[in-house]
Amino acid sequence: MRRISIAVFAACLGVFAPAGAEAEEGAELTHQSWSFAGMFGTYDRAAAQRGLQVYTEVCAACHSLSLLSYRHLSGIGLDEDAIEAIAAAVTVTDGPNDEGDMFDRPGRPADRFVAPFANDKAARAANNGAFPPDLSLIVKARPGGADYVYALLTGYEEPPAGFELQDGMNYNAYFTGHQIAMPAPLSDDAVTYADGTPATVAQMAHDLTTFFAWSAEPEAEARKRMGVKVVLFLIVLTFLFYAVKRKVWRGLH
Amino acid sequence: MAETMKPAPDGHGDSGTRRDFLDLATVAIGGMGVISLAWPFIDQMNPSADTLALKTIEVDIAAIEVGQSVTVVWQGKPVFIRRRTAEEIATAGSVAIDDLRDPQADIDRAQKSEWLILVGVCTHLGCIPLGQKPTDEKGAFGGWYCPCHGSHYDTSGRIRRGPAPENLRVPPYIYLTDTLVLIGESKAPA
Amino acid sequence: MSAPVFKNPIVRWVDYRLPIFSFMHHEMHEYPAPRNLNYWWNFGSLSGIVLMAMIVTGIVLAMHYTPHADMAFASVERIMRDVNYGWLIRYIHMNGGSMFFLLVYIHIFRGLYYGSYKAPRELLWILGVVILLLMMATAFMGYVLPWGQMSFWGATVITNLFSAIPWVGESVVAWLWGGFAVDNPTLNRFYSLHYLLPFAILGVVFLHMWALHRFGSNNPLGIDTKGPQDTIPFHPYYTYKDLYGLGVFLIVFAIFVFFAPNFFGEPDNYIQADPLVTPTHIVPEWYLLPYYAILRAITFDIWFLEAKLIGVIAMFASILLLMFLPWLDRSPVRSAKFRPIYKWVFWVFVIDCVILGVVGANAPGDLVFPNPEAVPDPETGDLPGFKYLLLGQIATAYYFLHLLAVIPLLGLLERPLPVPHSISRPVAAGAGVRRMEKA
Repeated sequence: MRRISIAVFAACLGVFAPAGAEAEEGAELTHQSWSFAGMFGTYDRAAAQRGLQVYTEVCAACHSLSLLSYRHLSGIGLDEDAIEAIAAAVTVTDGPNDEGDMFDRPGRPADRFVAPFANDKAARAANNGAFPPDLSLIVKARPGGADYVYALLTGYEEPPAGFELQDGMNYNAYFTGHQIAMPAPLSDDAVTYADGTPATVAQMAHDLTTFFAWSAEPEAEARKRMGVKVVLFLIVLTFLFYAVKRKVWRGLH
Repeated sequence: MAETMKPAPDGHGDSGTRRDFLDLATVAIGGMGVISLAWPFIDQMNPSADTLALKTIEVDIAAIEVGQSVTVVWQGKPVFIRRRTAEEIATAGSVAIDDLRDPQADIDRAQKSEWLILVGVCTHLGCIPLGQKPTDEKGAFGGWYCPCHGSHYDTSGRIRRGPAPENLRVPPYIYLTDTLVLIGESKAPA
Repeated sequence: MSAPVFKNPIVRWVDYRLPIFSFMHHEMHEYPAPRNLNYWWNFGSLSGIVLMAMIVTGIVLAMHYTPHADMAFASVERIMRDVNYGWLIRYIHMNGGSMFFLLVYIHIFRGLYYGSYKAPRELLWILGVVILLLMMATAFMGYVLPWGQMSFWGATVITNLFSAIPWVGESVVAWLWGGFAVDNPTLNRFYSLHYLLPFAILGVVFLHMWALHRFGSNNPLGIDTKGPQDTIPFHPYYTYKDLYGLGVFLIVFAIFVFFAPNFFGEPDNYIQADPLVTPTHIVPEWYLLPYYAILRAITFDIWFLEAKLIGVIAMFASILLLMFLPWLDRSPVRSAKFRPIYKWVFWVFVIDCVILGVVGANAPGDLVFPNPEAVPDPETGDLPGFKYLLLGQIATAYYFLHLLAVIPLLGLLERPLPVPHSISRPVAAGAGVRRMEKA
């Protein structure tokens, strides 16, 4: 279905594209190797933590992550102290207090990730009218999933000759229509990884995508683990049902 | 399924041990499945992760005058914070503990004797006792009085008269500073 | 059918006053089922089990869901992230919807193949069509509740269908919305009805079962049971056969829930509803795609009727027509086994429905066989070639042709094969006589 919907998506773009436009579909996605792919895949904790760092230092300037709380970060292997420290580093507006005023306080693990803008309109106003989408579910919310997010992050390039790029837009090979308001967010050594991993664009995009894959489906590991047990159990049970059924029916024929 | 006295239908009566074992195994394994399936449906009603995460609050008590009470909300319940007068502390301390329904010394109920911190829920059936506002009825022992069924609590929040079985509960708390209390945890966070 | 004598005195006491045990005994142990039912007969009971699973998971989800335009999306995500086992329960419900339709569609096609809709089971069949209609309404409203982009725009498009009603269309749509667009009042009423309708389905399912037990199941031979030699008690034979089928089904179901929970979903529904931005493609859930294709196939006015209105009428007619099937099909034989032409025509109809589904999933102006060299018309942007619109129109035409012409004509023109005398002697009537003489 996902395959079909990609096709549908691409097809629709073709249909709704303004007459005479160049091929509007994004370039074909290349499959990356993801730690979380497959029936037994798990999130690469180190990559996800590095991804969190990239999100915090780069993306968080414009993009919210509003469905996540700091306490959820235990899911990518951070311990309580680390989470407290991450939460304490942000300022949360709370209130009203007994005087009826809002006040600032350091964040706590139970707080949601603090959004960069007070509301959608402020976000739009600060970004030339383009709304930076919330990233909590981004991997689930785009056809192509993780491969697409990775491709988009690494897909910035010079527009081909003759391509009319509108003012304030950037060329991205994988974005629909190729014109994206977001300038290339990553550049080599945009962050400094504590574990010494070289911060290339590809590395950061990979880490970031791993982090967003987790933020979109934090339940995935537990789900797949339970799934293996449930399916094995059901196979045994079905076999037993089949044996009983055969036994019951044997005398009939 | 109700058992009947009718004989088993034809071809159904070969009573080999394999049949019995099969039936037993199927019922046992199927039963296990049903029970395992039931658990998620029961557990979903337990407090969720976001609810559990809101387990502590910080309260600034600097502004509370002697003899004054404030009510704060902790885990959806009222918490009474009373800055007791010297007289109230003395009365609370002088009670013969053995005569109490729920024997507890006042010093075991207040980390700093001036400050009494209690969960403001009557231990009888969960009403909120009166006694926080200056105009409230405070009961026969000068503490709190529950209007629902007439439980009287003293200035240490202990049950003295009426149907409630236990003293007003003391929540876990800790003084982060002299004027800042963390309610919900008895150990200082790292 | 003598009243059973129960060993357990409590059972006996209760049964004397409320004969529920007699009833169960009668409908399970004694209920005579044809002895030759194949595995295609599993899908009715499977559908019933999934209906119960949907109701249970739905009630649980309702404990955590907030039906408000500002909070619905986040409350669903809270179920996924913070409620204990919330992800499991939601994914069971979400995929259960698809599974329910899958099972019911197989159940319906089984009925079509073996002629289960024919006398004396016409009402049983009509009740089944009513269940399908209720299911579609329930599924549609349930899909709106997560308040994602596809929820919102699906609701907008489908409710706008009613604007095709002459004169009062606009007022009807505003009445459905409770406002000037799909908004919080719409979400609230859809939530209320989504909770209510499954119980209406349950009621009709009860009638469906009642009607079934009046004459018992049809069977692959499509002939009536002639006596006890043709039947076996439902329990234990079919209870265990159904359990085995249930096991197989649950494996398939579990694979979707645990390993591909969003297989049937749309990525767009993980974007919160935005009334100002329409997704580039709006598609309904897969089980509604064929109707969607019929709706979009009508692009031309007929006399004074607008295309939009005809599309809506065609879509509803495509289902309502099924109710008349017992009278459209005049063939004296039920099972396709003994209908040499219908046997093939049936599969043409199945393929036609699948094609309609594929058409529903694709943009009408898109080419069925993509041709990268096709040059769009500079004026209109049209691609030359065989488009999904045309395929949809052909498939829609066949759909109605099948029900309104092919089936009635086959009933008159087709020469059925000889039908067996009875289930216990599954040989054709002529040969059966010889056998009987031998016996």
